[in-house]
Amino acid sequence: MATDATYETYYVPADSKLPIFASLGIFLTVFGLGNWFNDLTAGNESSLGVWILFLGGLVMGGTLFVWFSKVIEENHAKMYSQQMNRSFVWGMSWFIFSEVMFFAAFFGALFYVRVLAVPWIGGEGARGPTDMLWPDYVPEWPLINTPDPSLFPGAKEPMGPWGLPLINTVLLVLSSFTVNIAHHGIKENNRKKIVTWLSITVALGVAFLFCQAYEYYHAYEALGLTLNAGIYGTTFYMLTGFHGAHVTLGTFMLAVMLGRAIKGHFRDDDCFGFEAAAWYWHFVDVVWIGLFVFVYIFGS
Amino acid sequence: MKKAKQGNWLVALSMLLSSSWAHADWTVNMREGVTAISRDVYSLHMIIFWVCVVIGVLVFGVMILSMLMHRKSLGVKPADFHHSTKLEIIWTIIPVVILVVMAIPSTATLTAMYDASDADIDIEVRGLQWKWQYTYLNDDPEKEVKFISSLLTPSEEIYNDARKRENYLLDVDNEVVIPINKKIRFLITSQDVIHAWWVPDFAVKKDAIPGFVHESWAIVEEPGIYRGQCAELCGKQHGFMPIVVRAVEQAEYEEWLVGKQEEAKAVFETVGKEWTQEELMVKGEEVYTRVCSVCHQANGQGLPPAFPSLVGTGLAVGSMQEHIDIVLHGKAGTAMQSFSSQLNAAEIAAVVIYERNAWGNDMGDMIQPREINAMMNGGQ
Amino acid sequence: MSSVIEDHHHDDHHHGPAKGIMRWVFTTNHKDIGTLYLWFSFMMFLLGGTFALVIRAELFQPGLQIVEPEFFNQMTTMHGLIMVFGAVMPAFVGLANWLVPMMIGAPDMALPRMNNYSFWILPFAFTMLASTLLMEGGGPNFGWTFYAPLSTTYAPPSVTFFIFAVHLMGISSIMGSINVIVTILNLRAPGMTLMQMPLFVWTWLITAYLLIAVMPVLAGVVTMMLMDIHFGTAFFSAAGGGDPVLFQHVFWFFGHPEVYIMILPAFGVVSAIIPTFTRKKLFGYASMVYATASIAFLSFIVWAHHMFTVGMPLAGELYFMYATMLIAVPTGVKVFNWVATMWQGAMTFETPMLFAIAFVILFTIGGLSGLMLAIAPADFQYHDTYFVVAHFHYVLVPGSIFSIMAAVYYWLPKWTGNMYDETLGKTHFWLSFVGVNVTFFPQHFIGLAGMPRRIPDYALQFADFNMVSSMGAFLFGFSQLFFMFIVIKCIRGGKPATAQVWEGAHGLEWTVPSPAPYHTFTTPDGIDLKEAHG
Ligand code: HEA
Ligand code: HEA
Ligand code: HEC
Ligand code: CUA
Ligand SMILES: [Cu+2]
Repeated sequence: MATDATYETYYVPADSKLPIFASLGIFLTVFGLGNWFNDLTAGNESSLGVWILFLGGLVMGGTLFVWFSKVIEENHAKMYSQQMNRSFVWGMSWFIFSEVMFFAAFFGALFYVRVLAVPWIGGEGARGPTDMLWPDYVPEWPLINTPDPSLFPGAKEPMGPWGLPLINTVLLVLSSFTVNIAHHGIKENNRKKIVTWLSITVALGVAFLFCQAYEYYHAYEALGLTLNAGIYGTTFYMLTGFHGAHVTLGTFMLAVMLGRAIKGHFRDDDCFGFEAAAWYWHFVDVVWIGLFVFVYIFGS
Repeated sequence: MKKAKQGNWLVALSMLLSSSWAHADWTVNMREGVTAISRDVYSLHMIIFWVCVVIGVLVFGVMILSMLMHRKSLGVKPADFHHSTKLEIIWTIIPVVILVVMAIPSTATLTAMYDASDADIDIEVRGLQWKWQYTYLNDDPEKEVKFISSLLTPSEEIYNDARKRENYLLDVDNEVVIPINKKIRFLITSQDVIHAWWVPDFAVKKDAIPGFVHESWAIVEEPGIYRGQCAELCGKQHGFMPIVVRAVEQAEYEEWLVGKQEEAKAVFETVGKEWTQEELMVKGEEVYTRVCSVCHQANGQGLPPAFPSLVGTGLAVGSMQEHIDIVLHGKAGTAMQSFSSQLNAAEIAAVVIYERNAWGNDMGDMIQPREINAMMNGGQ
Repeated sequence: MSSVIEDHHHDDHHHGPAKGIMRWVFTTNHKDIGTLYLWFSFMMFLLGGTFALVIRAELFQPGLQIVEPEFFNQMTTMHGLIMVFGAVMPAFVGLANWLVPMMIGAPDMALPRMNNYSFWILPFAFTMLASTLLMEGGGPNFGWTFYAPLSTTYAPPSVTFFIFAVHLMGISSIMGSINVIVTILNLRAPGMTLMQMPLFVWTWLITAYLLIAVMPVLAGVVTMMLMDIHFGTAFFSAAGGGDPVLFQHVFWFFGHPEVYIMILPAFGVVSAIIPTFTRKKLFGYASMVYATASIAFLSFIVWAHHMFTVGMPLAGELYFMYATMLIAVPTGVKVFNWVATMWQGAMTFETPMLFAIAFVILFTIGGLSGLMLAIAPADFQYHDTYFVVAHFHYVLVPGSIFSIMAAVYYWLPKWTGNMYDETLGKTHFWLSFVGVNVTFFPQHFIGLAGMPRRIPDYALQFADFNMVSSMGAFLFGFSQLFFMFIVIKCIRGGKPATAQVWEGAHGLEWTVPSPAPYHTFTTPDGIDLKEAHG
């Protein structure tokens, strides 16, 4: 075969049944969600949507499982060249970039309401005499007294940064270090080190989620801080909620990697799956730092 | 969704052709308008237009020349130049210069537009689905004048059952009246969704955002009637919420204002009198047709699920108190708005009684406007 | 099941496509997927176009004749959504699939299975979107820009499905763009530098970057809507401290780059076609690349020019006006470069060239009216009138759509192995050219005269031009059925095409036989990098 010396063959998979099932799965998922949400809002007691959602989740989860297994299998069969690995690396990086932009939208919304909209409603700044509509309203952040408390009953108190949120910050920052140590373990081909430190990372992730769940409970019960509490509650829950969802996914990914590590999947020159999960985890961590600063510290 | 009556189609078409030719003034350009700002805007528009024309002529000219001269069929051999830093710099710089020159007058005009200070008269303009409410603000609330302005064009014209008259779709029942040569500040807001208040002759277009107030202003120099339309998609009847401003001499304006204030007083008195069921039904039908039928339809059937039917179901045949409440206060987050500031007590009583007794609802009950008035002032 | 390319020697048909319909469902081949995208896009174009014809039929004369206002709004909304997300974007993704690997000497897209996934999400998404028209309360009726609170508190229940359809399109676009970027960055033939890539590849690289940057923001804004509708949040409600205008900022942060997403690949197509038929190299390749990048960069910082009348503070207004005007500069560089490419060439005027030239002229007209819109004080008179409608149809229809048609005619011989019928192609061009101008040019006039957009009925002084516009729309619309006929005819047979197809064509795709074999460049043997540059 007359190939260029620097050229590596690139693996092109044959036809695959996976994507169409994944498409079906994702469609069923959102279609179910849509029906369910509409039924909730319409006040219907039961909803077919939940079942469609469940089915969609099954199809989607099953397909992804088979899909990733297949990729791992192909990797073990040495079908992937270094070039292929670079494709995965680029792919994961751009995916994380897209996630950054998703969070950027919500952070943007937070800054906009804090810096601009909330004062504007009180007639400050250059957006017209809006205060004539809301004579009793005083702009402040966190916004406890909403312009119309009958529609959006404000929280009793904002969420302070120095209790659970601080603990959570410590947990996540620590976990970024531990996942890094696990990575070193891979580079040293030291399976025990990998498994130990990865387990600790997963445990930290789970602990974070527990703390956050408790924090939400506390916010609803004690602080009256709800989704319906006006823009403060809105931004608080949307930012921390989407972050929490990402932590959940990240923890799950790391747990899978833990399973693979136990099986001995990773070698110093072949650990893309692990690295992808670790990058994702670092990304989630960085977002949290942003949250801690802007939602908790400067937010209350 | 198909409302065309095929037979009428041809008639309508011929009617239309004749009518539109009668009116054809072939307007193809922006109006100059009747304010200093609108003239500035017009001149900006003309400058930038001619700049574009010149650029277009040059660029397309070269292209066309090239297409005529440099064709293979003429036997030309292609040249082989493929870049020229000098040229590329030139045609980066020149556009920049043109743009900077354009930016200067634009900035000046925009800055002037934004200066709404020192107004003589403040008018609150409030968009509602699908009409405008105007309030002439006054430190003395007794003297505040407030009214609703909605489309006057009858539905027969819209559905091609009658000949479309002049100002088709551009006529309202209550015009905004303003004095000339006075700085009028419009405080624009909305009750429900986003609308936009636009009068081309003033070069005023401002979005009406629910929960916010935006300012705009105009000093109108010539008396006349100026027409505009809502310029932001606001739902089903977005195309049917025109704006009519009548600019008049100061004296005439004052006369009009006093008239409006007295009208309000007269209404106040009718509210106090004793009404019979028949009187209320007559008045109620008028109010219903004018105000409610856009949503609930003339036959009361509504357009479910967006607009509920009032016939034989729901509040119209249920609790009178709740029926009155929803008309007074509306229902937040739906198109059903609060009518307590749009209709007076007599009108509300009438329309409620009408709904409860029309279309076979036959509830037979009765309420006096003054009772409604008590509820309205009781701060309910 | 899986096959490894190193086992095979040449790019002969070593594993051809599977048979039957399942070939298309399961395929991982970039050419098959490209074909799927293109056909899907064309179907959506007809659907969206049919909605446009409903609009134009209703607007043929004043009064309400055919549809009720409520349904009219649904037509406007669906027309905009389907055309933007269903017709133009997938068409360009289809072209990228077909061409990018062939232009850079790659065996396929970098992540072929994900490529299939990106495509097959779309039929599901658009079926769900279109089915909202049949739901109780009707489909989305709030315009393709779906401003809150009309699209939240006041929306029909089907809005939930609209939101999820947008999520699906976003996922599809993001995966598709990741694929394009990775392919370009990682799979170029050995030795090919970025500055050796054809412009079409460059423009797609930048487009893909834009997509990955802004589709998540769109997902964010529809998610905010979802929460406001179903979970009581206050993003877009002043009563809770939010702001309806926040919606517009987030939407247009997506929306403005989106319009360049729809035009940058078109620039790439035209930059391929004009040199071919002038038999001359593209003028100013490097400045074309920099101009494209500048446009992309500027597109992130001009969004609020769609919101001049929304009541922004003066400083914001001025900033967005200046930034927007700046975009004319790099775009101008591109236009001038095309003209300079034509200058002193030896031109012939086959159908792709006709479409490309029409593109340059009519896009420039649209761009110039865009520049007029950018003058904020003047925009107070233009905004939300048919002048805006005229502007964006000039950049989108004889812009994006013409470039797609030019691309189809240009590469069709490569795809099918047959030449299309030149006479029919030219006829199609002239019908489209006349149709498009008759449809959209008069809209400038009615807009300036004061006709608002998104209305089902209008005052009498706008009657004549609306009638003209409607007639043009039907002419243009039905000409596209003719286009479909030409393409199908070409697929089924015709004069066999040579490998190079066009006398002046350069680029790697012209070095492989026509029709292009199922797998190309599985090894980089014989890739001539000089040829690649085009
Ligand atoms: C392909 C899509 C596309 C493209 C390329 C553009 C390009 C441009 N658009 Fe357009 N636009 C849309 C699609 C597009 N637009 C859409 C869909 C809407 C409406 C959305 C909605 O509300 O539904 C819209 C609306 C829109 C508005 C808002 C109008 C309003 O609602 O009030 C504005 C305002 O600034 C604007 C400006 C511009 C500008 C300055 C450019 C520039 O990029 C144009 C640059 C090009 C040129 C200027 C011509 C070539 C240059 C030269 C020959 C050089 C010399 C020139 C000079 C020095 C002047 N556009
Ligand atoms: C790329 C995008 C794109 C394209 C290609 C088009 C194409 C067309 N658009 Fe477009 N249009 C938009 C994007 C686009 N539009 C957007 C974004 C809006 C704003 C929406 C909003 O306000 O929210 C808009 C709004 C808009 C309006 C304003 C509506 C309003 O404000 O109420 C009008 C009115 O004339 C119009 C007309 C047309 C016409 C006549 C075409 C023609 O080019 C269409 C050509 C027609 C066909 C291609 C049809 C062919 C089909 C057949 C002949 C039937 C065959 C049937 C079968 C085979 C089953 N469009
Ligand atoms: C802009 C549209 C609109 C207009 C105008 C309007 N309504 Fe309504 N109306 C609605 C909507 C929407 C609802 C449903 C509210 C809900 O979701 O409960 C409604 C509900 C009602 C109901 C309660 C129906 C029920 O059984 O629950 C009554 C009574 C009513 N309207 C009366 C009126 C009267 C009287 C007027 C005129 C003075 C009027 N409406 C004008 C949109 C409108
Ligand atoms: Cu009100 Cu449009
Ligand atoms: Cu834009």
